[in-house]
Parts: sequence; C-alpha cells; structure tokens
Amino acid sequence: MNNIFVYLEIEEGRVAEVSQELLTKGRSLATQLNCRLEAIAAAAHTEGVAEQVFPYGVDRLHIFRDERLSPYTTLPHTSILVELFKQEQPQICLMGATIIGRDLGPRVSSALGSGLTADCTSLEIGDHEEKKAGKVYENLLYQIRPAFGGNIVAWIINPDHRPQMATVREGVMKKEILDPYYKGEVVEHQVADFVSEEEYVVAIIDRHIEKSKVNIKNAPIIVSGGYGVGSKENFDLLYQLADVLGAEVGASRAAVDAGYAGHERQIGQTGVTVRPKLYIACGISGQIQHIAGMQESSLIISINNDPNAPINTIADYVITGDIETVIPKMIKYYRKNTK
Amino acid sequence: MSFNIIVLAKQVPDTRNVGKDAMKADGTVNRAALPAIFNPEDLNALEQALLIKDRYPGSKITVLTMGPGRAAEILREGLFRGADDGVLLTDRAFAGADTLATSYALSMAVRKIANYDIIISGRQAIDGDTAQVGPQIAEKLGIPQITYAEAIEEVTPGHIRVKRRLEHGVEVVECTLPAVITVNSSAATCRPRNAKLLQQYKHAKTITERQVEHIDYIDIYSSRPYLNLTEWSVADVDADPQQCGLTGSPTKVKKIENVVFQAKESKQLSGSDAEIDELMRELIANHTIG
Repeated sequence: MNNIFVYLEIEEGRVAEVSQELLTKGRSLATQLNCRLEAIAAAAHTEGVAEQVFPYGVDRLHIFRDERLSPYTTLPHTSILVELFKQEQPQICLMGATIIGRDLGPRVSSALGSGLTADCTSLEIGDHEEKKAGKVYENLLYQIRPAFGGNIVAWIINPDHRPQMATVREGVMKKEILDPYYKGEVVEHQVADFVSEEEYVVAIIDRHIEKSKVNIKNAPIIVSGGYGVGSKENFDLLYQLADVLGAEVGASRAAVDAGYAGHERQIGQTGVTVRPKLYIACGISGQIQHIAGMQESSLIISINNDPNAPINTIADYVITGDIETVIPKMIKYYRKNTK
Repeated sequence: MSFNIIVLAKQVPDTRNVGKDAMKADGTVNRAALPAIFNPEDLNALEQALLIKDRYPGSKITVLTMGPGRAAEILREGLFRGADDGVLLTDRAFAGADTLATSYALSMAVRKIANYDIIISGRQAIDGDTAQVGPQIAEKLGIPQITYAEAIEEVTPGHIRVKRRLEHGVEVVECTLPAVITVNSSAATCRPRNAKLLQQYKHAKTITERQVEHIDYIDIYSSRPYLNLTEWSVADVDADPQQCGLTGSPTKVKKIENVVFQAKESKQLSGSDAEIDELMRELIANHTIG
C-alpha cells in the first residue's frame, strides 16, 4: 500500500524510453520514502516487459494482457488504473507527458478526484506547513514546472489527495539501471475484472506510424533558432550550419509558434529536453521553459543581436551580432580550419 | 441532419511574445502588460465546429467559457466568426481553480446546456499548457474523448470519425457521440471575423456588462434576444461550491519562483572574422566539433 506507481507505455512489446526514465526517478523517490516501486503494463503483448523493467528496481509489476489494449485507447486504460489505484492506494503515480500520458492522466485524476501536474521538470520530496490550519504535511511530492508560458517556475503540491500524480516529458529524467539482477514480483490481473465491454467504444480505424526523421534528443550538436531568427527563410542558414557541422536543427517554442520550424524540433519544457555537447542558440532570448530543456548542454554558444538576452547568462560564448552575418562566418572558418 | 456543438474556449494572457515589462521586479507576472486573447488552439476548435456547421447548416454552436467578466470578449469573438450563442460562467467562487475544479465547473455548465452532441476544445491553453481540462470534462460527463485531433473527418448521428496527430504519425479513430474532442494547432486555422456577423453581434453583452455600461435599459436587448450573452454563476449551474475554485482544487501552489540562472563566465565576442576564426579553431581543437 501507498507505493509509487509508474504507468508503462508499451509499443510492440518495448517499454518506452520515457517510462524507463520514470522508473529511475520512481526508484529514487521510493528509496527516499522507504516504499516500493510498482509498474503497470497494459498491452496486447507483455512478455519480456518484466525483464526490461526489473533492472530499474521495480518491486512489483502489474500485468494486464488483452489484444484490445494495444494500440492504446483511453477508456480501458483509464479503468485499469482507476480500479487498481482504488485497491492499491498509491501515494504517487508518474506517467510520461506524451500523447498517451496526457490523454490518460487527466482522465484518471478526474475519476479519482486527485491532483495532476503536467510536464514537470523536477520532482522532489519535502514537507509543507499549512500555517493557517496549523497543519504539517510530511513527505509530499513537490511537482516543479515552468508555468505561465514558461516565464516563472511553480512548485505544486497535493496536500490532501492521493495519488499525487505528475507527468514528465521524455528526456527530462535520466534513465539508469539500478541492478541488472534485481528481481520483483509479477502480478497477472484479469482484464475483464477491470474493464467492461462498453469501454472498447473507441475504434482505431487506421494508424500510420512514421519513423521520425528528426532526432534532436540524441544529437551531439544542435543548432537551434528562436523568434529572433525572423523568418522561415532565415532558418535555412541554421540548416546550412547544421549540415556543415553534422548537427540537428532545433527551435524554441516561439519559433515553432511563428511557423519557422515544425513541432518535432521544439526544445524546452513543452518540447524535447536535450543534453548535447554543443548547443548553438541563434536568436533565442531564453525563456525559462526553453532553458529548462537545454541548460545541461556541455557548451553553449549564443548568437543574438541583443547583448542582454537572458540566455547569454548561461552561455559559454556570447556572440553579439546578426545571425545573417555570424553564421556564414562560422561556416567559412569551420571549413578553413578543417581542411 | 444537424448537430449541437459546444466549443470550450478560454481567454488567456498572450504569453507567447512576452516583453521585458511582463515580469515585475519581484518576479511575479504583470498581467496588465499582457494582452488577453482567445486561446489559439480554441480557435482551431471553433473552426472544426464551423466546418461541421458548413456541412450541416442547421447545426448550432455554443461557445462556453469560464472566467472574469471581461472573458465575454471571446464570446463575441466567437459570434463574429460564426458561433450561434455564448455562455459565460463567472463567479468569485470559481477563482483559483486548478484543472480539476475548472473541469467540474464547466461540466456542470455543459449539463445545464443539456442538449449536445459534440464538445470541442483546444488541446491546451497557452497560459497553463496542461491539456487536462478536456479529458477531465469527458470523464465527469461519462463520455469518450478524442485528444490531439487534427481534423474531424466525418460526423453522423451518434458517430464521429477523427484524425489524430501523434508524436510520430497519425491515427484515425471512431467513437460514439456525445464525445469530447480536443484539437491541435496543426488543425485548420480559424476563419476570420465575418463583417456581417460583426455588425449583427457587436452589441452582444452579458447582463453584467449591460449594467456596468448602464445600457441595460436599452430595448434592443428585448427586441433582439440574440444580443443577450448568457451569464451563469455557481448557483445557476447547480454546482457544489466545495468543488469549485481554490477550495475544490486538489493541487495547491506551494511557491512561485522567478528563476535566476546560474550565470556562467561568458566569453564575449563581437562576431568579427578574427574572433569567429579563433572560436572555430578552439572548438575543433577540443573536439567539440569536427
């Protein structure tokens, strides 16, 4: 009872990266709280899931196997979590801030009347004192996230309702094997005890999964553009530099909103979190929500015509100038010096 | 064939292009410096509703919003673009609501509207980015949801087919009506205001607006009932005050921080040829690039 639960996203028998990252976070929270880490696998194919997740320190794996649980649809997965949580009374539930997690999380939280915080960038354990009521809450989950378009950071707590639910984007937490020989317990549940027939009401007619051509998350070098790039045409300069350096092109939310780059390139709290060895920020002012997604880059170069752009404070090199003049020079001198 | 559609919309501060005066010295948000706008993805949602109405002209679109009195602005905006009716849910008791208390209040207003086939909203609002209210309303009403919609492909009595935009691909799903659909920014952009509708609805007001502007005596509001924007309080929608606003919110804000970045010792470059040449040499020498 009162353990930490992680909802596993499973595609073709593979546990998603984000779920593995959350297991690592869940393990460290469970150790700190002296409780157990439990995971939920609901899918058509669950064989092999136990071997994938136990090394992260999972104490108990709940398995729900039914052909109709894959691909994911809202209602059956909701019922599984809601009914399981009524039995198990978890104190914390974590899920990926993916399309699935952001579809499932709010539905479960509404059914249980518990709070949910989306897109957390940090999770910590701590106490809270309600001064007016003279009440002290111990070991709450601090759900920390940029808010208000990424201009401030909010610390959210759920003092009175359980489970404390949070979603986290892929790449925000780091996955780490606890012990390759760690063994937990497997509990196989009867899906029919949790899901009624009427809940398979949403039918998937067609599904195309495209292999993503953009792989910013694992790119060693990223050339990233913000609103200050000014136009889609100017973004071509970034592609040219990226091409020469063997880099990927990223973008800030403002640049994506302005239509300069596609959503799949968005870096930040509501996009992808990256940790490249080199991050070249072009015309990016540096809202918190962007910086949350790239501040762990080993080396940061900021190119901006505003010498006071907030991002400059975390940059190793600040080049004050227009990208139209600076980027061609970078290409020129890269070529010259690698010959 | 016609459908009753409720579009859920929110008036939000424009957080996208935040200027330097948007944050006060103490790190709190200076709301006055931010213009209030129709949440962008809610406009995409409105367009999906309008497209259904284009196909099935007898359909009725009601825009429902919760907020302070000024949020009536987006109801008018909806009417200017082709909606038929606007409902403002407003009460001091709704203040401080998190997503769960918000979805409870909105679901009670939807129940009061009673006659609906499709509820459409934006995927998320730009001031919170949570994407939670749509699914939570669906849960409270006990109906299915389709999130991340890019296009409503087909509606028939009792059925809807929707194309969803996933992280790496698309999915076409079908479900029964009524249902909640949340719409992505990748969906069709909303049509502009219609000049005729602008003329027709520019005096559309809530009762509070009419009282504040001392125009509630004007007889156009009795002769042209479509100019009356509905305004509902907690009591009007039979909501339990304990489940509304701050009291009804399981999540609490422990604190708000204005983040001060750990400033690094930055090397300042002017972008001259000599400096860029030197920089590239340095990066190649330490194997950062090359």
